[in-house]
Amino acid sequence: MSSYLLRRLLYMVLILAAASLFIFALYALMPGDFVSGNLRLSAERKAELREIFGLNKPLLERYGTWMNQALHGNFGFSLAQQKPVVTLFNEYVWNSFLLAIVSTFFTWLIAVIIGVISAYKQYSIFDTLVMIFIFAAMSIPSFFIGLFLIKVLAVDLKWLPPGGMTTTGSNATGIAYIREVLDHMILPVVVMTLLGVDSLTRYFRSNMLDVIRQEYIRTARAKGLKERVILYRHALRNALLPAITLVGFELPGLFGGSLIIEKIFNWPGIGQLYMQSFTVRDYPLLMGFTMFIAILTVIGTLISDMLYRVADPRIKL
Amino acid sequence: MRNVMEIEHLSTYFYTREGAVKAVNDISFRIREGETVCIVGESGSGKSVTALSVMGLIEEPAGKIVEGQIHFDGKQLLNLSKQELRTIRGNDIAMIFQEPMSSLNPVIPIGKQIMEPLKTHQGLNKKEAKRRAIELIELVGISRPEQIAESYPHQLSGGMLQRVMIAMAISCEPKLLIADEPTTALDVTIQAQILDMLDRIKQKANMSMLLITHDLGVVAEIADYVIVMYSGKIVEEGEVVELFDNPKHPYTQGLLRSKPIIGDRQDELYSIPGQVPNPLDLKESCYFHDRCEHCLPICKTKLPQLKGMEGRQRVACWLYEEGTHHD
Amino acid sequence: MASISGGAVELKRSQAVPVRSSLWRQAMLRLRKNKLAMSGLGFIIFMFLICFIGPLFSPYADGKIDTANMYSAPSWEHWLGTDLLGRDMMTRLLQAGRISLTVGFASMCISVLIGSILGAIAGYYRGIVDQVIMRVADLLLTIPSLPILFILGALLSEWKVPTEYRMYIVMLMLSFVGWPGLARLVRSQMLSVREREFMQAATVLGLDDRRKLFHHMLPNIIPLLIVVATLNIGGSILYESVLSFFGLGVMPPTPTWGNMIDSANNLIDFEQHPWLWIPPGAAIFTTVIAINIFGDGLRDVLDPKQKK
Repeated sequence: MSSYLLRRLLYMVLILAAASLFIFALYALMPGDFVSGNLRLSAERKAELREIFGLNKPLLERYGTWMNQALHGNFGFSLAQQKPVVTLFNEYVWNSFLLAIVSTFFTWLIAVIIGVISAYKQYSIFDTLVMIFIFAAMSIPSFFIGLFLIKVLAVDLKWLPPGGMTTTGSNATGIAYIREVLDHMILPVVVMTLLGVDSLTRYFRSNMLDVIRQEYIRTARAKGLKERVILYRHALRNALLPAITLVGFELPGLFGGSLIIEKIFNWPGIGQLYMQSFTVRDYPLLMGFTMFIAILTVIGTLISDMLYRVADPRIKL
Repeated sequence: MRNVMEIEHLSTYFYTREGAVKAVNDISFRIREGETVCIVGESGSGKSVTALSVMGLIEEPAGKIVEGQIHFDGKQLLNLSKQELRTIRGNDIAMIFQEPMSSLNPVIPIGKQIMEPLKTHQGLNKKEAKRRAIELIELVGISRPEQIAESYPHQLSGGMLQRVMIAMAISCEPKLLIADEPTTALDVTIQAQILDMLDRIKQKANMSMLLITHDLGVVAEIADYVIVMYSGKIVEEGEVVELFDNPKHPYTQGLLRSKPIIGDRQDELYSIPGQVPNPLDLKESCYFHDRCEHCLPICKTKLPQLKGMEGRQRVACWLYEEGTHHD
Repeated sequence: MASISGGAVELKRSQAVPVRSSLWRQAMLRLRKNKLAMSGLGFIIFMFLICFIGPLFSPYADGKIDTANMYSAPSWEHWLGTDLLGRDMMTRLLQAGRISLTVGFASMCISVLIGSILGAIAGYYRGIVDQVIMRVADLLLTIPSLPILFILGALLSEWKVPTEYRMYIVMLMLSFVGWPGLARLVRSQMLSVREREFMQAATVLGLDDRRKLFHHMLPNIIPLLIVVATLNIGGSILYESVLSFFGLGVMPPTPTWGNMIDSANNLIDFEQHPWLWIPPGAAIFTTVIAINIFGDGLRDVLDPKQKK
């Protein structure tokens, strides 16, 4: 177990080092920077700022500084927001997590229920409807469905707020505040759930189809167990097992997807922060975010692997 | 002797893209109390499907019991609702499968799996069921039963798992135990132990047993009564001594000849020439005719029916019909 | 073996003669029977035809500015209304479709080409070559596609790439994030094909590497590759639309479905002139759903392991 874990950790570090180099290289390719794009600054002031932020140093040195700071938990200073990147993250990331966790919960809930039922009733009308829904969900551009829902439900029907996390100018507190946030969450959560539910439902359905054909399910039937018990104790447990690996894989995907959704719904999370930073060329922040996602991916993969090993009695560490 | 089960005109079909397969084609037989009935045949002869039909485990819409009656314990199984059938399965009729490795749920501990029928059918609580499960594990000859109860299937050998399957099957003291090739997947040395144990348990509990196998060695060792199936039909049946001493159907004769006999040196092991006919394309003829050494003209045009011989022996072959030789 | 339907299947298999062409023909026959998949294919063809031929019959194909007809709602003259310059939206939608479909299709081709070549090489030669290729693929898979695409898109703007070339670079960008997954797939298939008996037979016969690789191994992977490639087109169209919507992909005046939806970023257009941005969104949705349905039908007939 320990040697396996050690090898995994070593590989994680290597891939992250490579990712950091790659990310840095991408941003280093950008000809402009925050200072050069700012028209209000004089040439002397620009040079001065460059000096301060170390923008005129050689690339390799800049990478070294960046990495060194990153290893000490400092991802640089957001030039546009005039705050350390880590502080900004801390301000915004929890809002993103809120969206991510709630929509993950619904995604899994819906996927498990629909997937199980539709596998159990394969080729029924329900199953066909589910398949059509899955195709629709996987084919719809998330930004478009977001806009469309805002237009219909918020602008035309005025049922739900069009965006943001709270109503502008509102200073509600306590229960009223929570209700307000919940109201604002509905649409982004719906779209985010829609985004993830297709592949997961499909996955559960095909997993369940696989499992209910296994011989141990026939044994369970031969034992005269109730169908409900067979389905939920014997089949679902086996179908859930490989799905556990997805928990880890989904983590970074959620933040990737949040770029679009937070932007469309004006949700104050890091995805939206990221999209804003593009227009002002706030590279330390962009690099920090991209690195953050890379770290999440690597950790997510590791978590998946570990979870699978814990959950499946057949695999020994 | 009383019959435990009577099967009348059972037909089970499977529907494939290419057409219907008559996996079991109008068969009738009975199982007496305390008797071990063996069904022998090649793969695809319908012997496993017969067992699954009895258990009500044919999965629709892929397969369907199209005709027949199964009388068991005063009930007609095919008329029962799914609920009623469920209370019989695992309780009055239990089944053991061929592959113990894949027939047990990989993520549930062994003990829990044995406890399930006890809780479902006998209404035992968790503690009682657990105690009984450990007794059962011991009964099938596994030492350290407490420890085994906590382990998962992948931690045990095939032979152990088949013992566990047997423990599970006999947990509710069924009247009939169906064993579908219970030893095929095991090592030869383990096979004998398992068969021996099955036989002992059967005697002790006065169960009846329906054993499916392709291994005539197993039949000789354990059967009271033998049914030979070919292409979904019974071609011959009889008590084991009658059938082994005096096989009537050319197919049975071939099967017995293809079995090596220890001490009897043969230059070459006999094998029946030809292949099993395509189940999608069965003609109105004896299904064995093109592999048969004694094929008559009538064999190619008409399906023979089972006909009683001496004792309980019956055979479906034109050779034993009066007058056919003169046709 | 005792599986209930197993008996029939086994018998069937033993009788089937494994001739490749007949397998293909069988697959195509079965595909033709799948009504849903065929209607998907029909819609894809229809979309291609009207996008590439439709504008030729439109009186507004020159995109002339018509100040008398600004922002007119859908009508008999202008089926989908007009935009702020009075251009006919129907014609623009079809012209945009040309670009979106081309980008989706072309980037799929490039991804498949790069992915299958690198994957095949990695899976065939193993060792150090495999290590290098797969570690690069791992790296690209470590960072989700969207941030990478956004950065690359921003790079294009920074470098002031002329708008008429952006479309081609967008294709390359999409293939850049598309190939690692494909390479991984091809490699794992290669590894499993390698182990099969007929490959050992080929080795015994003394066939050379290239022959083994291209004549014996690749043909076994092609069915799966076709399926994945088809589904990849849908993904590429979606990614292109996201990029162009955020102004990081293909930019006006070259119209694509994605950058047409950009008018929704203008509050008045978003609220008052939905005909400007809903039709391109619907076009993306219907096209991608048709591709996905067709791809799924293909999977059913070409990849028996994945069969439902």
